[in-house]
Formats: sequence, structure tokens, C-alpha cells
Amino acid sequence: MNIKLKVWRQKSAKEKGKFVKYTLENASPEMSFLEMLDALNTKLILQGDDPVAFEHDCREGICGCCSLYINGRPHGPGEKTTTCELHMRSFKEGKTIVIEPWRSRGFPVLKDLIVDRHAFDKILIAGGFISNEAGTAQDANSILIRKDKADEAFDSAVCIGCAACVAACKNASAMLFVSAKVSQFALLQQGKVEAKQRVQAMVRKMDELGFGNCTNTYACEAECPKGISVTNIARMNREFFGARIGTQKS
Amino acid sequence: MSKMLRYSSLTKKYIMALAGFLLMVFLLIHLGINLFIIPFTENHQDIFRDGVHFMTTNPLIKIMEIFLFGGFLVHILIGIILQLRNWMARPVRYAKSNHSQGSFFSKYMIYTGVVILIFLIIHLGNFYFVKLGLTEAPEGMSRVADDHDFYNMAINLFSNKIYSGIYIVLFILMGFHLNHAFQSAFQSLGLNHSKYTPFIKAVGDFYSIVVPLGFILIPLYFIIYY
Ligand code: HEM
Ligand code: FES
Repeated sequence: MNIKLKVWRQKSAKEKGKFVKYTLENASPEMSFLEMLDALNTKLILQGDDPVAFEHDCREGICGCCSLYINGRPHGPGEKTTTCELHMRSFKEGKTIVIEPWRSRGFPVLKDLIVDRHAFDKILIAGGFISNEAGTAQDANSILIRKDKADEAFDSAVCIGCAACVAACKNASAMLFVSAKVSQFALLQQGKVEAKQRVQAMVRKMDELGFGNCTNTYACEAECPKGISVTNIARMNREFFGARIGTQKS
Repeated sequence: MSKMLRYSSLTKKYIMALAGFLLMVFLLIHLGINLFIIPFTENHQDIFRDGVHFMTTNPLIKIMEIFLFGGFLVHILIGIILQLRNWMARPVRYAKSNHSQGSFFSKYMIYTGVVILIFLIIHLGNFYFVKLGLTEAPEGMSRVADDHDFYNMAINLFSNKIYSGIYIVLFILMGFHLNHAFQSAFQSLGLNHSKYTPFIKAVGDFYSIVVPLGFILIPLYFIIYY
């Protein structure tokens, strides 16, 4: 199939970017979206042009790197897929595909389609951990965890930090990501010890980094490649409220 | 005010939701009295006047009124603060507009909110300020109203077709606001539950249709019968 593309090109964080149109002949419908971009880049390199910079790593939907905003949707069309899991058969031949980087104050563009996603690391550094003594592993049965709680915690922990939630949100809010991280700890015994400080520290960091507020639009849930539910956001709202009224003034 | 700016995004939303709940209860009570403008009982006028008398003189209601005005003020101020921050969070817009699924009316909360606010000001001018003696009661309309005769003042307004039209459009837009607002307020307060949330959403849909429809019935009655 012949592919028509409109791609955001930006030399560096400082410079202004613009859309550039490309065409790619003889792409196969079986190609993944990233393979199609590889083919485009090979063509550009052979022509002596600068290839399109985009992020990727695992190419199997677990690292969360391949953050592309395709035709008005993070990770393009399809439910619960990352860009690397998307195939060219999902597109109509002849229709221009528009590719943009994530747009958010928290994630400035570094080059072309690559954004700086350090903001998520900063939120995790603020509280997304447990302070564990690294000794010998204890017997697994010494901490009992209810099966349904373990399942719920796992559902929250499947977040790959790709930031599609921020990209999809009309307010560029990071609530789904932060709430999934808060939840995966809050649901388990090991995480409960620091739960109050954690939720406050992570929310404070999230606000500080300039992400928007939640308007409960739920576009995040619709676009999450891992199907993380907005019930996590409700849980964080409860946790935060409990923590605020339950801690002393410092 | 400056303290309000420093609240976390979550705290702002709790306040917003709590104030919203207060406003939604107020709307119900207001509707309950207003409906007696329509003559579906013999003594509808008396019931309406009794209702107005109770609401304008009861000391407990006077105290509630302070909370109500506070609720409006806080809801509006925080609504605007949150919205400004939300716009700032995406300095460069997407070229291709968003196609993600989501609560449709949530995207227009600030606009439907501002429409409600404009109407609120007109509405206060028509009734509340008259009661306070800040504005004159209307004169020279089809029926002359005295200062506290809210019944005739309402009839005066609704006998104006343009006013009635605006009133109907306003309440449709308010229905849009309420449709997202009801379930959103529960979520903001952390109340999301696999068993109860579908029910809350259904009640929200019902509320957002029935309450505006109730208000709309009144001008509709005047348009049809006068
Ligand atoms: C009778 C009048 C009103 C009622 C019953 C009402 C009710 C509500 C409720 C319950 C919410 C949901 C809060 C949440 O998501 O936690 C809401 C949201 C909102 N309201 Fe109102 N509201 C009213 C008037 C107004 C007015 C006059 C404005 C003026 C600006 C306004 C602006 C907003 C905005 C911007 C939101 C979205 C806030 C956000 O999610 O960030 N509302 N409203
Ligand atoms: S490249 Fe790892 S998730 Fe797509």
C-alpha cells in the first residue's frame, strides 16, 4: 500500500517545529506502525535527509516508549494497543496519517516526535516506592494478602508509564498514571505503611510539574493501552482526602 | 482567595463537588416551588405565595442562603481557576483534534457554566435585588407587580416570549452541565464503586433531564396558553 504522512518535525527543544508531508510506496499492510516509520527513515537516509526521530524499545507493548499521537488519538486507532502493536492494515490507503508528539506542558518536545518524559520519573521519585530494608527475602506467606486485593493491585501495576493518559486528556492531566501508582501500593500491606505521605507527595509533585486537573472526562481510560480504570482516580481521591485530614500540620 | 490558589488540584475538586451538590439540592427546592406557578391545582397561587413567603422570611433559610451564595461563589471561582490551569497545561495544541471517547458534556463545562452565571445575574436582577430594594420592580408590563409579588413578577417575565425562549435555551444548557456534573461530583469525592456507580450515573441522567424539563414546563405553559 502507498502511505501518505504528515509528520511533526522539530530540530530541537528550542527550535520551532512544523509539519512535513511524506509518502511511502510499497508498504505492506502487515507492517507494524514502527516498521513503517523504519522504512520511511531508510528512504530519508538514502535521500540524504534527516530521519524522523521517534522513541521505541521493546516493540511488544510493555516498555511504553512508542508514544505517538496518530490521527487525533494516542497510539492511534484500536483499543488497548500501543503504537508498536498497531499495524498498517488499520489504515485506509490514500488517507493522510497525521503523526504528532505528546502535547503537554509536563512533556516538552526534544526532537521531532520524542518528548521528555522525565516528569513521570520525578513523580515516582516523590513517592512511588516503598522504603524496604534489603535483607534476605522473608517467607512469602508471612504477609497475607487477599486475592481480590492482589488482583486489583496487579491491574493498577500493569501501567507501563507511556503517558497516553496525559496525551489523551483535554487538560493534559496525569491523574490516571499517578492514581495507578498510588493504588498499586495502597492496596497492598507493604505499601500501606507510607500510604499517607506517598499520596500527598505524589499529588504535590504532579501539580508542581504543570499537569492539568481532572475533569472526569475519562478519555484517559478509553486510550490506556493497558486498560487502567478510572476507579484508580477515585481511589486516589479517597486516599488523598483521608491523608489530608489524617496528618498533622507540619 | 490566594489560599484557594494554593490548594492542591484534588482539594479544589472536592470543594467544587461539595458546592455543586449544594447547588443541585437548591435547584430541586427551587423547582418544587416554581412548579406551582402552573395552575394544575385550584390553590396553586396560594401554595406558591406560601412557599415564597417561607423562603424569604424563615431564619433557617436565611442562614442557608449564606451557604448558598458562598457555594455559588466558590464553585464559580474554583471552576475558573481550574479551567485556566487546564488550558495552560497544554501550551501547544494538537493539529488533529482529539477523537478519544469520553464524557461528552465534560468538555463544555466552563461554557455551560458561564451561561448559567450570566443567567444567574439577570435572574438576581429580576427577583432577588428587587426583594433587597436594589432594583425597581418592573412597571408597565401586561400586569403590574408590586415589590414582593414574585408570582406576578414571574408572570410578567414569562408573558414575554423572548424571555421565555432564552429561559428554555438556558435550561437545556444547564441540563448539559448537570448531566456531566452529577456523576462527576461523586467521582471527585472518591465515590466510585462497581456496584453503585452505574446507578449513580442513571440517577444523574434522570436528574439532568427531569429538573431542567421541570423548569422549562413553566415558560412552555405560558407560550402555549397565552
Ligand atoms: C445551578 C448551578 C450549578 C450547579 C448545580 C453546578 C453543579 C456542578 C457540579 C456538581 C459539578 C461537578 C464537580 C466535580 O466534577 O467534582 C460542576 C462542575 C463545574 N461547574 Fe458547575 N454548577 C452550577 C453552576 C456553575 C457556574 C455558574 C459555573 C461558572 C463558571 C460553573 C462551572 C463549572 C465548571 C467549570 C465545572 C467543571 C470543573 C472541573 O471539573 O474542573 N458551574 N458543576
Ligand atoms: S515500543 Fe515498547 S511499548 Fe511500544
